[in-house]
This record gives sequence, structure tokens and C-alpha cells, in this order.
Amino acid sequence: MDYTSITPEQRSRMLQAIGITSIDALFAAIPPQFRFSGPLNLPPGASELELQRQLGQVATENHGADTLACFMGGGAYDHFIPAFIDQMISRGEFLTAYTPYQAEASQGSLQAFFEFQTQIARLTGMDIANASLYEGASAAAEAVSLALNSTGKRRILVADTLHPDYLWVLRTHLSDLPVEMVMLKTGSEGRVNPADVEKAADNDTACVVVASPNVYGLLEDLEGCFGAARRKASEGARPLGIAVFNPIACALLKPPGLSGADVAVGEGQPLGVPLQFGGPYLGLFATRREHIRRMPGRLVGRSADASGRPAYCLILQTREQHIRGAKATSNICTNQGLLALRATMYMSAMGPEGLRNVAGQSWHKAHWLAGEISKLPGYGLKHDGPFFNEFVVTCPVPAANVIDAGREHNVLAGVDLSTDRMSKIGDENELLIAVTEKRSRADMDRLLDAMKQANAKR
Amino acid sequence: MTTMQSNPPTGAADKKTPHDSETSAAHTRGERRHEPSIFEKSSPGARAVGLPELDIEPTAIPADLAAPAPRLPELGMLQVIRHYTHLSQRNFSIDGEFYPLGSCTMKFNPRINEWAATLPGFTGAHPLQDDRDIQGTLRIMYETRRMLEEIAGLHEASLQPAAGAHGEYTALKVIRAYFRSKGETQRTKVLAPANAHGTNPASCAMCGAEAITVKAPEGYTDLDDLKRIIEQEGPDTIMAFMITNPNTAGLFDGMIGEVADIIHDAGALLYLDGANMNAILGKTRPGDFGADAMHYNTHKTFSTPHGGGGPGAGPIVVRDFLAPFLPVPQVVQQKDGAFALDYNRPHSIGKVRSFFGQFGVLLRCWTYIRACGAEGLENVSELAVLSANYLAARLQNRYEMPFFNPEKGRYAAHEFVTVPETLLNKGVTLNDIAKRLIDYGIHPPTMHWPVRNCLMVEPTETESLRTLDEFVDAMLAIADQIESDPESLAKAPQHAVVDRVDIVGADRKPTPVFEG
Repeated sequence: MDYTSITPEQRSRMLQAIGITSIDALFAAIPPQFRFSGPLNLPPGASELELQRQLGQVATENHGADTLACFMGGGAYDHFIPAFIDQMISRGEFLTAYTPYQAEASQGSLQAFFEFQTQIARLTGMDIANASLYEGASAAAEAVSLALNSTGKRRILVADTLHPDYLWVLRTHLSDLPVEMVMLKTGSEGRVNPADVEKAADNDTACVVVASPNVYGLLEDLEGCFGAARRKASEGARPLGIAVFNPIACALLKPPGLSGADVAVGEGQPLGVPLQFGGPYLGLFATRREHIRRMPGRLVGRSADASGRPAYCLILQTREQHIRGAKATSNICTNQGLLALRATMYMSAMGPEGLRNVAGQSWHKAHWLAGEISKLPGYGLKHDGPFFNEFVVTCPVPAANVIDAGREHNVLAGVDLSTDRMSKIGDENELLIAVTEKRSRADMDRLLDAMKQANAKR
Repeated sequence: MTTMQSNPPTGAADKKTPHDSETSAAHTRGERRHEPSIFEKSSPGARAVGLPELDIEPTAIPADLAAPAPRLPELGMLQVIRHYTHLSQRNFSIDGEFYPLGSCTMKFNPRINEWAATLPGFTGAHPLQDDRDIQGTLRIMYETRRMLEEIAGLHEASLQPAAGAHGEYTALKVIRAYFRSKGETQRTKVLAPANAHGTNPASCAMCGAEAITVKAPEGYTDLDDLKRIIEQEGPDTIMAFMITNPNTAGLFDGMIGEVADIIHDAGALLYLDGANMNAILGKTRPGDFGADAMHYNTHKTFSTPHGGGGPGAGPIVVRDFLAPFLPVPQVVQQKDGAFALDYNRPHSIGKVRSFFGQFGVLLRCWTYIRACGAEGLENVSELAVLSANYLAARLQNRYEMPFFNPEKGRYAAHEFVTVPETLLNKGVTLNDIAKRLIDYGIHPPTMHWPVRNCLMVEPTETESLRTLDEFVDAMLAIADQIESDPESLAKAPQHAVVDRVDIVGADRKPTPVFEG
């Protein structure tokens, strides 16, 4: 089934209109030596019924958060998603629309993105936000580019408590550029010490990148870190503070805009986007008004139509690759339109109190569970610092054993920090546990039972 | 042959009285009414969603960490749903309208793809779960990888890039790492023809490479200019040549073999921008005509939805000697048949995004390729090319086409370019023509690219002959209107949900957030 509708008879009429007798004439420009003799070695075309059968079967080979109580985080969180979002997002008018370059044919998407931008700016306490980037880590790389371009400096300080994927993406991003990436090393405390920032910063420092909550779930002293860098730079542009944030935490805890950040970037997945194995997600990017012309990605503005009615359109497109080429602020050519739409629908439905309740329940349940775990013989919390909804547990047995025991209790117990997926940032007995509002007391009791069982099996 | 469904709009718009009622049917297209922002609809204290009561003891939040609730709108559930329903009614979409949008391949988005992507087994998979619990997901990724490799005629794919531009960037990183491994770090220059996508030079800049433009006077890469630049810059400074083939002038560059030879003789690599793959599926393969690396845009070629600007996916495929440098991890099938993520790739450029790629998009891509099969994909390209040439043939008497020239054997690939000079000389702008098409319920084609004052038209294979004919009729009617009353086009569109939007004013005083 190839979804075409032109009949053989119509095909002949069309060939006639072109003045040829065979469709091969249209492919004659391909030199014979490059013509593929075919056919492509692919499975034969399948009917929808066959595909439904097959896909339904393949999906059952997964065992994820749809059937198990998920205590896994590490950059992707199992939050509640109101049912209407899937329904609304499926409307063809949203799903099958194009990038809104033609404003008069795209007012729906444009207004939704404008509202999304406003919500993200308000949530983060920043002045402005764009219509989204690919995902959190590449958004952090874009923030660093903005800092390099706006300060003209060539050194960046990065906390080693960023998620390892973010560090990896930053390293890849900077690998061919004349930029020095200096790691801010943290010890057993798991948080950046502002005094270390002060030591590392100099006049050539373009920015300081710190995540709060960080990869261990801990809340960092953003104000202290950004302030320390600024104090140290006495010449030229002051270094920018780049905060990596969790949008849910912003509803409860001091957001980046109130913590001295110049740019705030984050993973938007917690805002109504399913886990779906890590993508598609959406990168959030907010900043201060002064950086508007250096922002990467798509930006929607409010304007008016010829009759003076409010109307929306893309703005400052001269920043973008399709106008500016090599001098563009980024090569990015898409936003994550449908995901931004999900996020804005989610924020509109939850409202300020609902979002605060999501964040609050995540906080309370995580703290309760952390307290219960530390009462278990052999188990303890690795860090003392304040955290939001995620924390590292040191186990009396390898974390993998706890995860195995969890599966027997129908829970996904957490993230093993000693695996390749987490760049082996932890020892084999360290388990990262995240708790969202979705986890009930019963779920947590099952996890506690699994932890006891794993220890008993030792 | 003409089968116009509805009369073309003429004269002044029939403006109807705006309705103020929240529930009126005033939001169907053609009615004109401003939709207030969601912030203006906020009703403090209203709630759309509740959560269960907290079932454990709370823990106090220290005052120095706490923040006030964010300033978000407050609405009931029906009001939320109505807001987005109204917004959806203010959009063009493939489901509702024809999008002859060159280089964007706006084909039908099959709903079986969407169905697949919402299966709980797929949506519920956490990216850090053990391989044993995500065999279904890894199977789809592995099979997608293998199918994309086969269609490209190249050796190994990476599914990690999030979009086409991201794929370009990733592939350039891979190529640069390859040359670095050979000690050829001086290869930092990337050539591209004048009609390349804007993302090409922008991706170069992000990789610290210098982009150099090669002339493409008649749509084809100028081989003499290519040789001259390589000679002038020094062959050992050239990293790659980025080409789109078929190119953005709507032509398959038959000299691609010569281009590949010139590039390879310089020791550089040939990169194929796969934006136009929809024209050559199963007809020729990039690997067969000399490409060393390429990206796909799954939202173009493989029917994944554009979604109002994303998400896309930009998987890349490379020749064997580049494979060790692909992003980590790679999805593989082990000897026992199980699927796994392989991190043992010591030469890898690293990661270009968190986790592993746009899985939800790749799943739709898998579903589409499996639906079509080899035969279906070849038919897709045949009908995409046939439809483009049909439109070009029917319009060429009124709309000049600088590259389409059947007498010289220059047929359109799956898109064609028109520079309607005769019409533009009557005192209308290209924008007037584009906006007038909106009144006919047709999304305007790509504009001013690859050359100034052009429209680039790509119908795709999924449109019916009836729709193609309606487009021809609309274009001819607009040409007639320009001949008889050119001034009237300045008011277009008159039947959209808004009049022409002031984009110049929007840039002069940027307002990216709601103030109030």
C-alpha cells in the first residue's frame, strides 16, 4: 500500500499531456550506469491489517512504564498526561500542517507556539523563549553557542554534574571549534562549589553551565555559581550563566530566572510528552530580552493583519539558516512543533495550581521514599544536599540486583549509574531513583519490598 | 479535464459579522474572527485536571528554595479543548488542503503510522531500561536502520540525528573525524552549489568548516567552477562537496558521476543532501552514484507528519570507512538474535543528542516503508515525478520555467521552478500570487528559492489528478486576474482567517510573549 490514487488510465492521460509515452523518459537524466537494477531488498509491501497485527506483536516485546511502576528518571520522567492531549494532537489540522512560514495559512500553529513561548518564559522567570529545539542536550549546546557569540570569549566552564548525555553532546559540539571546555569537578558532595567556579573563571570565560536539579537530582547553588564567575571576569563582556532546568520543578522551586541565569535550557519531556524511548522530546530555550537576536531556532511574534486584527507570524527570520546561511545563529530548521503543542496544552490544562501540585507531590513522595529507604538495613542516600524528586541510593548489592528484584515486584526500580547508558558516572551499587506524582504509596511499598528482597538474597 | 469543485473567490471578501459567542460556528475557515489568547481566557480558580490526594506524609519545602506558582492561565477542561479546537481550525493542513511545497514533500501522512506510535508498549519504554525489556523498540530501530541502508545503497546508518539539518551536522562531524584519524586535519573546506539548502552552509559553520559556493548557472553544478575552486583552495584543504540530487532546480544532475570523480580525486568526500529522495526511490541509489554519506528527512520521503514544524528525523547513512565514526551507541543484532545498543565504538564522534534518536518518528518511518515495500516505493517516485511534470507541462505557457525544458530532455524531477516574469511585470509581486493561492484553499509553493522571484512546486505522489487539475485551474485563474486587474491581488488573501499579516512590523517591534 503506497497511498497513491492515480489510476493507470489517468497515468496515460498525464503522460500524453507531457508529450511522452513512457514514464521512463522522466528518469532518462539518470545515467544508465547509475540506474538501480533493483528491486530493493526490502520486505514485501504489507496491508494495514498485517501491519496492525505485526506492530501489536512487536509492542508486546517491550515491558515499560505502561505496565510497570516507573521509578526511572535520568532525564526522562513518567509524569501523568491528561487524556485529551493525545486526542487533540491527533487532529489533522495540527498533525499534518507545515512549518508556519505562510502566516495567513498557519494562525493556529503560530498562536499555539506564541502561547507556548509565553508559558515557558513565565515558568522559567525569563523574558522570552523560543518555539522549542530538538531536545535538552542540544539546546544546552545552542546556549553555549549563544554565549560564545555574544561574549566573543573562548572558554566555557561546565559542571560535571550535568547529565552525561549533555556533557557528551557539548563535547561533540565543541570538538571542531577553537573553544576550551573546562569541567567543574565535584566530589562526594555531588554539587558544584561556587568557590571552584571562582577559581576556574577568568577574563576569557564565556559562560558557566550548571544544571539544577543536576544528574543526581540535587539542587545547585545557581546564584552562587553564576555570581562567582561574574565577579572574576573584570574585563570585557561578563560571562553568561546558563542554567539547565526541569520545567516541573520550576512550578515549586526557584526558577532559573530568579537565580541569576542569562539563558535557561531544559528537556521539555515532563510537560505532557510520553517516554517513547527518548524521543521525540523538545528542547526548551529561554533567555533575557537582550539576547533575542542571537537566539537559535524559530520564534513567533504577535503582529496585526491588514485590517488591524491581532495576528501572528514568525519573527526575526534573518537569524535563521534559510536567510543567513553560514552566518545564521544555528543550522536548526525545525522546531518540535507537535511536542511544543503538547507542552502548551499540558500547561494550559494543569494551570498554575495543577502544575504546582504535580511538582509538590513529586517532591513529597520522593522525600518520603528517600526517608523510608534510608531506614532499610544496608541502604543509604549518597548525598546530603537538597533534592527535588530524584536521588542516589547506595545499595548493599549491585544496583542491577535491585533492578532485577524490582521486576519481580512489577516496578522499574531506578537507573543503574554504572552502565554505558549513564556513562558509568556511578559505582555498581549506586541506583538513581526518581519519583513523580504518578507513584502511589502501594508502588513505593513494592519498591521497598524489592529492595529488602535484593539485600536478603545477598 | 477541469473539475473545479468550487467557484474561485472573486471581488471583495464577503465579510460576516464577527460572533462573540464562545460556542458559535464562527471559526470555520473563511470566517474572520480574532481568537483571543489563552491568557485572555483565564478565569482565576478554574481547574481542568485534578490529581489524587497525597497518600504519604508531606515534607516541608525550605523557604529559601521555594517559589510562587507560575503565572499560567486557569481554565476548565471544556474551555481548554475549545481553545485548541478553534486554533486547529485556523490552520491549513495536508488533511484539508493541497501543499505543492517544493523541497518539502508534503505527502499524505497515513494514520496507521500514528496508530503505531501511540501503542502503549512503545510510548511507555523508558530510554534507560535494560535491553531485555525493550526488544520491541530495538527491533524497530534495527530494522529501520537496515532498510534505510538498503535504500541508500550505503553501508551503515545512524538513527540519532533529530532532523535533516542535524543529520548534515552529524555527517560533517563524522567526515571530519575520519580525516582527523588520517592526519588530514587541514581539510576544513566544504563546497556546495549555489542552489544548496541554507542548512548546508549553516551546518558547516557549526562544525568549524568553511562553506564555499560553487556556481550552478543552469541548475547544474558548474564542473569548471568546481575544478577551479578546488585548484585555487588546494585539493588537500577540501573536506566534502554537499549536493542535493535531484537538485532544487528540479533536475537530476546527470553529471553526478563526474562530480564524484572530481571530489574523490581531490581526496574529499561526496555528501548527498537527501531532501529530494522522493524522486529516486528504487530508481538509483546515492551509494551507486558516488555519495559517501547522506541524510534522509523522514518527514519528507517517509510520510512522517510535519506537525506544524516538527518533529522530524534525519537519519544518516555512510560508506563503510566512515562507519566507525558514527554516533554512539549503535543498535545491533547479536548472534543469539537479540537486539542491543553497542557502545564499543572507540572512534565515534560521540553523541549529538540525548538518548538515541526520534524513536516515535522512526517507528512511523518503519511502518511506511513496510507498507510500501520495494514496489510501492518505486511507484511513489514514479508518480511523484509524473505529477510534477504534468503540472509543469500544463502551466508552462503562462508561467515561465527556467530549468524545465522537455525539448532538451530536461524534465522535472519531483519538483519544478517557475519564475513568472511576464506576470510579475504587470505590477504584482510574487507574494501577491502566493497569498492569492490561499484564497483557493491551496498552500503557496516554496518562494524565492533557489532563485529570486521563483515558486518551487512539488505536488508529491499522493494527490489525485483532480487536485492537480484544480491547482492548474487556480494558477491560470490567477494569471487571468493579473492580466485584468493586477491591483486586486494586493488585498489577497481575502478568504483566510486573517488578512495579510504585517511581518515587517512584527520584526520592527518583536513581541514574542503575551504582555498582560
